[in-house]
Amino acid sequence: MKKIYFILLIVFLNTNLNAAVKIDITRGNLEPLPAAVSDFYIDNPEKFSEGIKKLNLESNLPKVIKNNLKRSGLFYILDKKSHIQKPKLSHLKPRFEDWSLIKAQIMISGKIKIDEKGRLRVEFRLWDVVSAKEIEGLALFATPKSWRRIGHIISDKIYQRMTGEEGYFDTRIIYVAESGPKDRRIKKLAIMDQDGANNKFLTLGNELVLTPRFNPNSQLVTYMSYFKNLPRVYLLNIETGVQEIVGDFPGMTFAPRFSPNGNKVIMSFAKDGNSDIYTMDLKSRVVEQLTSHPSIDTSPSYSPDGRFVVFNSDRSGFQQLYVMRSDGRKVKRISRGKGLYGTPVWSPRGDLIAFTKIFKGKFYIGVMRTDGSGERLLTENFYQEAPSWSPNGRVLIFYRETAARKKGVGASSKLWSIDITGYNEVKLKTPSDASDPSWSSLLSK
Amino acid sequence: MPPIIAIDLIQISDKTQLPFAPKAKEIIEKIKEKEKERLVTKQAPPKIIPKEKLDAVPLPDNIKKQVEEKKKKQNPEEVKEKIRQSSEFEKKELFDPNKIAALIDKSKEEQADIQAKKSLDITQSQDNTVSLDKGLTITQEDAIKAQIFKCWNIPLGLPYDEDLTVRIKLQLKPDGSIMSSEILDHARMNKPGQGFYRVLAESALRAVKLCDPLKMPTTGYNKWKDLQLNFDAKEMLKG
Repeated sequence: MKKIYFILLIVFLNTNLNAAVKIDITRGNLEPLPAAVSDFYIDNPEKFSEGIKKLNLESNLPKVIKNNLKRSGLFYILDKKSHIQKPKLSHLKPRFEDWSLIKAQIMISGKIKIDEKGRLRVEFRLWDVVSAKEIEGLALFATPKSWRRIGHIISDKIYQRMTGEEGYFDTRIIYVAESGPKDRRIKKLAIMDQDGANNKFLTLGNELVLTPRFNPNSQLVTYMSYFKNLPRVYLLNIETGVQEIVGDFPGMTFAPRFSPNGNKVIMSFAKDGNSDIYTMDLKSRVVEQLTSHPSIDTSPSYSPDGRFVVFNSDRSGFQQLYVMRSDGRKVKRISRGKGLYGTPVWSPRGDLIAFTKIFKGKFYIGVMRTDGSGERLLTENFYQEAPSWSPNGRVLIFYRETAARKKGVGASSKLWSIDITGYNEVKLKTPSDASDPSWSSLLSK
Repeated sequence: MPPIIAIDLIQISDKTQLPFAPKAKEIIEKIKEKEKERLVTKQAPPKIIPKEKLDAVPLPDNIKKQVEEKKKKQNPEEVKEKIRQSSEFEKKELFDPNKIAALIDKSKEEQADIQAKKSLDITQSQDNTVSLDKGLTITQEDAIKAQIFKCWNIPLGLPYDEDLTVRIKLQLKPDGSIMSSEILDHARMNKPGQGFYRVLAESALRAVKLCDPLKMPTTGYNKWKDLQLNFDAKEMLKG
């Protein structure tokens, strides 16, 4: 018996001796990941028409990827001039020493060709330079004129592989394009890719348009328009151009949004100085009243599972945020801070609610948990509002106005984006002034 | 007669050196400088050769005196032998039950010496005497952490409310270079719905590779040849 104890003791001591020293690594650097995007090489240039040659796809397609990754704030793109290896060899067999020499931790290479059917075939590979291995590779086919979308889809794949989350680059943004002086402002509906390319106007600007919102599942848009001076909520199919009015309400309807499945529109309906929240089923056209309170209830937004609705109301005397069940029961105030809260939007991830806050004359864009805890103000400015989430719930887009100079001139309104860490604030390029942006879901979904 | 072809003799080295882009050149030079610095720090300390007085052989009467004098003099090697900082395990190894009586006799004298030396060490090197259960001091552990911190690019998109600790086991060579690295929960990387874990695990592996070789203590190889690094970005991501 003693022997057994002795052996056990020796085994115990041995295992203890062989056990590794454990060290907890709880800190690291939060710098963007150094990435190199090599030019893509053209596999069969003889099959490229003059028109396609002019697109300079070998450098412009990687440029779309570079700009997307850079704008995300998660990647630091190394200058092309520092690349040592040629694009063709980089794609076939990268010399990892050359890429690690310029401090790249990941590298993206690619090959472009025109296939037998005249389609553009783009192949890309994502390399982990430090581990010296390929970690992602894909070939995509499209008509040559869709080359930018290929760039966005590749960016999404890289983003997903490196962060674990879906990307948001193959998306579009609908917004209100503004021009003209303040008192005679022309407002048109406009749509563009998330990087500002392919800008198009959807309305002529004869009527005032406000608050366009994407259906999360289709290319349908809801917005408010003052057609014949009657403020009403409309639906617009951006592919067919067909437009229709939502419901026949005997008053003003505004602040519309789709339900997560896209079957309903939730909005405010104002009558006799009071506004409440209503929904309308787009198939059955059944209208349901969710709130019934003498205060102003507006800006409703569904949770992604469709079970709850967040909205703002001044029922406590000041404009605050409230959450209720989607049938209108169990209304609960969630915002507790000083100031006024408005334009709440539930994140597609379900974890946060974005809002605009007005406090001591300043405007803030912030986020809080769905129970109102953990409020974080991401950005502060003279005037900014209307946040809208990217489909992965990582980035917010909103609009910001600059103050006018004397005599009311010089004011401008532009679109900005900020990630939920609050570090990466980016101004979006639009051909004119812009407001009220809304982010689409992924087009390739 | 065929025409004579003139061939210019060019030094081959002029042509074979790849012309680097200006930025790359700068980077390469910086790296070279860093490598030079690293090499300097890597040099082993010069070997101490005890001085031998060949010309003077001590007479029998002088031998005792010399030994006494030697004891009075500061002799780092001898002191080190007595009060060397050692882990609990090492202390067990040094322990000899047959010498208990001798140890008791000397205990008071040694205690005083050790205390004096300890207090000196604490003030001089900010308590590097605190030994962890497996043998590395807090200062040594902090030095390893500091190296990894610099090499680890935390993936910024990760959620902070999930348990995503990645444990990597390292086997090190005596010079601090990594012999093998292994993710302990490797199977989790390929499970569906574990995308965030895979991203964190890959970033941790990159950090380990970027930090290779680690600058490790010059002594006690047995204590640190096996390391387990637990990567947890929760606190950093919470902000």
